[in-house]
Amino acid sequence: MTIEAYTIVVIGGGPAGLAAAIAARKAGIRDILILERDRELGGILNQCIHNGFGLHTFKEELTGPEYAGRFVAQAGELEIACELNTMVMEISRERVVTAMNREKGMFRIRAGAVILAMGCRERARGALNIPGYRPAGIFSAGTAQRLVNMEGYLPGRKAVILGSGDIGLIMARRMALEGAEVKAVAELMPYCGGLKRNIVQCLEDYGIPLKLCHTVVDIQGRERLEGVTLAQVDDKGKPIPGTEETYPCDTLLLSVGLIPENELSLDMGVELDEATSGPVVDESLETNIPGVFACGNVLHVHDLVDYVSEEAGRAGTNAAGFVKGRPGKDGRQQIPLIAGQGVRYTVPQRICVERMEPHLKVRFRVGAVVRDSYVSVYLNEKCIMHRKKTVMAPGEMEEVVLSRSVLETDPDLKSIAIKIEKE
Amino acid sequence: MEQGGFLLLWMGQGRINIMYDICIIGAGVTGCAIARELSRYEADICVLERCEDVCCGTSKANSAIIHAGFDAQEGSLMARLNVEGSRRMDRLAQELDFPFRRNGSLVVCLHEEERPALQALYERGVRNGVEGLRILSREEALEKEPNLQSTVTGALYAPTGGIVCPFLMTVALAENACMNGVKFRFDTKVLALEKADGFYRLETDRGILESRYVVNAAGVYADVFHNMVSRHPIHITPRKGEYFLLDRRAGGHVSHTVFMLPGSMGKGVLVSPTVHGNLIIGPTAVDTDDKEGTNTTRTGMDILAVQAGLTVRDIPFRQVITSFSGLRAHEDSHDFIIGEPGDAEGFVDAAGIESPGLTSAPAIGSMVAELLQKRMDLQEKRGFTAWRKGILHPLDLPEKERSALIRENPAYGSIVCRCESVTEGEILDAIHRPVGARSLDGIKRRTRAGMGRCQSGFCAPRIMELLQRELSMSLEEITKSGGSSRIVTGRFKESTEENAGDSGKENTEKRTEEKTLERFEKKRREGEA
Repeated sequence: MTIEAYTIVVIGGGPAGLAAAIAARKAGIRDILILERDRELGGILNQCIHNGFGLHTFKEELTGPEYAGRFVAQAGELEIACELNTMVMEISRERVVTAMNREKGMFRIRAGAVILAMGCRERARGALNIPGYRPAGIFSAGTAQRLVNMEGYLPGRKAVILGSGDIGLIMARRMALEGAEVKAVAELMPYCGGLKRNIVQCLEDYGIPLKLCHTVVDIQGRERLEGVTLAQVDDKGKPIPGTEETYPCDTLLLSVGLIPENELSLDMGVELDEATSGPVVDESLETNIPGVFACGNVLHVHDLVDYVSEEAGRAGTNAAGFVKGRPGKDGRQQIPLIAGQGVRYTVPQRICVERMEPHLKVRFRVGAVVRDSYVSVYLNEKCIMHRKKTVMAPGEMEEVVLSRSVLETDPDLKSIAIKIEKE
Repeated sequence: MEQGGFLLLWMGQGRINIMYDICIIGAGVTGCAIARELSRYEADICVLERCEDVCCGTSKANSAIIHAGFDAQEGSLMARLNVEGSRRMDRLAQELDFPFRRNGSLVVCLHEEERPALQALYERGVRNGVEGLRILSREEALEKEPNLQSTVTGALYAPTGGIVCPFLMTVALAENACMNGVKFRFDTKVLALEKADGFYRLETDRGILESRYVVNAAGVYADVFHNMVSRHPIHITPRKGEYFLLDRRAGGHVSHTVFMLPGSMGKGVLVSPTVHGNLIIGPTAVDTDDKEGTNTTRTGMDILAVQAGLTVRDIPFRQVITSFSGLRAHEDSHDFIIGEPGDAEGFVDAAGIESPGLTSAPAIGSMVAELLQKRMDLQEKRGFTAWRKGILHPLDLPEKERSALIRENPAYGSIVCRCESVTEGEILDAIHRPVGARSLDGIKRRTRAGMGRCQSGFCAPRIMELLQRELSMSLEEITKSGGSSRIVTGRFKESTEENAGDSGKENTEKRTEEKTLERFEKKRREGEA
């Protein structure tokens, strides 16, 4: 079998992989290879034909394909190599990547550093244990989006959407625009899973009801979907008998969560965080395996692609640093970053103060909607930040910036915690 | 394979004179096993199936277990055919190239007072002719299966217990039958059956067929056909069984098939690895009167979670990737009914085929074939081939061979289903082989594309493209599983506007809507009552 060698191999050519590769190139790495399983670069952005991308990165409003196009063009100008229609089968701890495609068959690449940028997949009906029949007409919102935007077909004419994730909200509008009747968006939680702007622009503007604390309790139709039954749920998420309401429809779209695609990572022994389902990383976005970095939705699910690009850029720069011989983490103390009260997770999960940049952006999500609360950062027991926020929701990623100079003031630093406090 | 073309042929001529020697009603594992065994003989044989593919009923939704044979009442047909079917499985799996493994099974005893029942099961197994049975101590059981509940007090170990892929087993039987000349007519529902002079007239929704002999392998509908020709009625109760299927990551949670001690409604909830490396949990057992009632229920799922936890600890229920439900064809006598009813010459039942029907299928196939061979004095077919090669899965090959294969046929280098690593080459093979796949589910059952953790989210559009290209269908014609299970409802906007003027269609839609509401109301009233 052919064995090639590249300084950096990027697994996935979506927004994260592209931004990582570009940043690594700008940091002086000449030979970079992107491995992409689809037939084109750009990842899921290619089917996101709505606008709203790039407000942070480019200070203008782009569609998904436009946003991806800018990165693809840049990667091209920088002569970054890529293999399309290529499936990575395995990555070894020694960073040998085994891949397969039509032209080369099976082949291996030895990499100086690997950047994991495989993105995420949608949670399927099966994972939700929704009772009922299993007819045609039940789609994950992303699959439906692909059918409409890429293939030009309408998956159905009367739809109910379960889950208020952003793709679900965007598909509610998309289906409505294409002449389908969207009867309701049901959300199990007492709050919307997507961005506020999407609730307004995709539901309210089209008169589509958002039914919070509701779930699907039955699916009817043996061949094609004929109807779904929604019911209200109690505070434990259990359906309340007597609240059932049946909606005749031929389509049920599911937008019930995204799962980072870490099968390759797991197989190679990358440690995962239960809260993010993504790798546990340090301040340089390096996983527990030296020279293996992670960024984008494979690391944790993001709301905005702008944040993905920014994070992936850091992974690319740090991977370049790694191959150029930046000090490794061996023997250096790693301070755990703790998701304290009210915080579901943080990324990174560990920090090596000696190696960190002067300022480090820590991203996190809260566990529930909170109003008029404070984001606090504790070094050991000492509070170093206490910042008021009027509202925080699990659907919107939050951030704090840690300064190296502040962390260095405490020589006995054992842990850093982020908490949400009422006062 | 013939598909509907014959209909046009008769319609034009008015008079129908297609006469088969044998018509088999039902292309489940039983019907296909019978077809395969009958294909050893010179006869004009046709399998009639109301669905669009083989393996669409009970055969596709069961535990996928090869039972050792200690459960069935000694002396029953079930006991005999179970043990015989299990014994023949190795050879059959080899001839027909489908996945089968003897992983061994354990019946777990959780209370000392259940000991006599475990002992009785052991003794019945010995009398049924099951080989290698052994009662294990608590320690031996835990050593074999460390994730058993620590409260286990002992277990019955059956080394001959096995696991099989029911889809591929049925497909393999059908393909081999087809290779040996058996015809399959899909989307053909038998509406009426009538004895004529030395033959049967089968009225189907696609016209009338005639056949000298009829084999009834209609699963939960077998009583309907039997009762059309015999005055000695049989009665089949669909017994619903719900299941959970867990991700491959959970597949190693147990290595044997773990049963609880059987109760009055069957063998209880089992926990088992599948041949493809998933973990399966089920079934529940609830009698219903709806022969189409393959819906899952909240109650059923709750029962599964509780019952499976009785025998096996720490089951990772978060890793459930799908749940499904199947209907066992439970006949009142609780035994297989195989043979000609006294008052219906030429009509052969293979009815009441509930568990261990999958295990028994090879033996049932032979029994029916031998019966008809004698009855019809069938001659052996020269050129019968017992061998069939399954769909090549490149990932099973050593790397070198895989590379060579991809060079020869690049479609094997292109992954379509990411979760199960299924290549385009496999999907093309599934479409073009005998009794080929024509729907997403047909592809799924043959290749596992769409069977993985994302449940076809990624690969469905890609497979639709391949079906469209290979079968020259339009995308709108592609179905999940035949009938009206279309995936897309049309090209957008313009087609919607067209339909807006089509009041007939609107009315139909309205009627469906009303019907759904009505059904729901009825269900709710029943629930309240």
